[in-house]
Amino acid sequence: MSHEILITQLLYGGAGLLFFLLGVWSFISHEPLWRKLIALNIMGAGVFHVLVAVAYRGLDAPPDPVPHALVLTGIVVAVSATALALAFGRRLDREDSERTPEVQGVDDREDGTHV
Amino acid sequence: MKASRLQTVLIPLLLSAIGAVLFWAFWSGVTGHEGERLAALALARVPESGASNPVTSVLLNFRAYDTLMELAVLLAALLGIWSLGPAAAPYQPAALLLNSLVSWVVPMLIIAGGYLLWIGGQAPGGAFQAGALLGAAGVTLALSGRPNAGLPDESWLRVLAALGTLVFVLIGLTLMFLGLGFLTYPPALAKALILTIETGATLSIGATLAAAFLGGQPRATRTAEP
Repeated sequence: MSHEILITQLLYGGAGLLFFLLGVWSFISHEPLWRKLIALNIMGAGVFHVLVAVAYRGLDAPPDPVPHALVLTGIVVAVSATALALAFGRRLDREDSERTPEVQGVDDREDGTHV
Repeated sequence: MKASRLQTVLIPLLLSAIGAVLFWAFWSGVTGHEGERLAALALARVPESGASNPVTSVLLNFRAYDTLMELAVLLAALLGIWSLGPAAAPYQPAALLLNSLVSWVVPMLIIAGGYLLWIGGQAPGGAFQAGALLGAAGVTLALSGRPNAGLPDESWLRVLAALGTLVFVLIGLTLMFLGLGFLTYPPALAKALILTIETGATLSIGATLAAAFLGGQPRATRTAEP
């Protein structure tokens, strides 16, 4: 049984590590900021995977509650940090489109029109 | 993007090295079971924490500081979003079909949120899950064309967003003045205190997530400006 738990932890945690590394790779090698933001979120998802894998104790035992609590708060913080980053992005777009008036702003909701 | 050949070789190499180190750390963390682990300590003291769900005990009792800071981070994120500009223009009002669906879904989400908040004491659930559902209700309202995502006007929204942190800090300080230490609940009151904090946190998280989705300071107050 403990062998099965270990394999599950390694599979799930290994997938989390792979997620994290893919996120780092994407963060380093892509220039657009929104791609970096998505990469950061994938890195975060990888970390959550690893924490959940560490907490696993088999199907009939309660999981370690400490990593679970960390993941729970982490998800909400990640969402709000992403929202803040998107707000920064909208502001950057707006400043850019004010500086170059012939280019339409990226955010089409700004003037109430929708594509 | 002009990636030089050196970069395309070097970055994967570096990443595999980092990956190897991380996997080694993960392996030794999972397999090295010597000594007392935090989980056993936490699980042993769950009965006196005021919540029989271990995750809730950790969140609201053993690691309450962490959760307080986390609510403060949410509040700071919302303040940052508001300071960056006005909210985006509202989506166009929903047609009849979507509107009637929304009028079913939103009350359901609120009821489910309340249920998750209450059940969090005994089973998986709690303030964060309930807050996420309330936030989802707000996002649904925003997507169907409500300009403020069903949130109150800004002065009340400020109270709502700060409520979780405020209740948390007030309870902590009250306990400190009673000589118990910051956020050290007396076992007899623990359940009531945890539920009070969780209720405030749920409302705060829901309001913050919905307000964050709007992407800026609510527009209703902007009409007063020239």
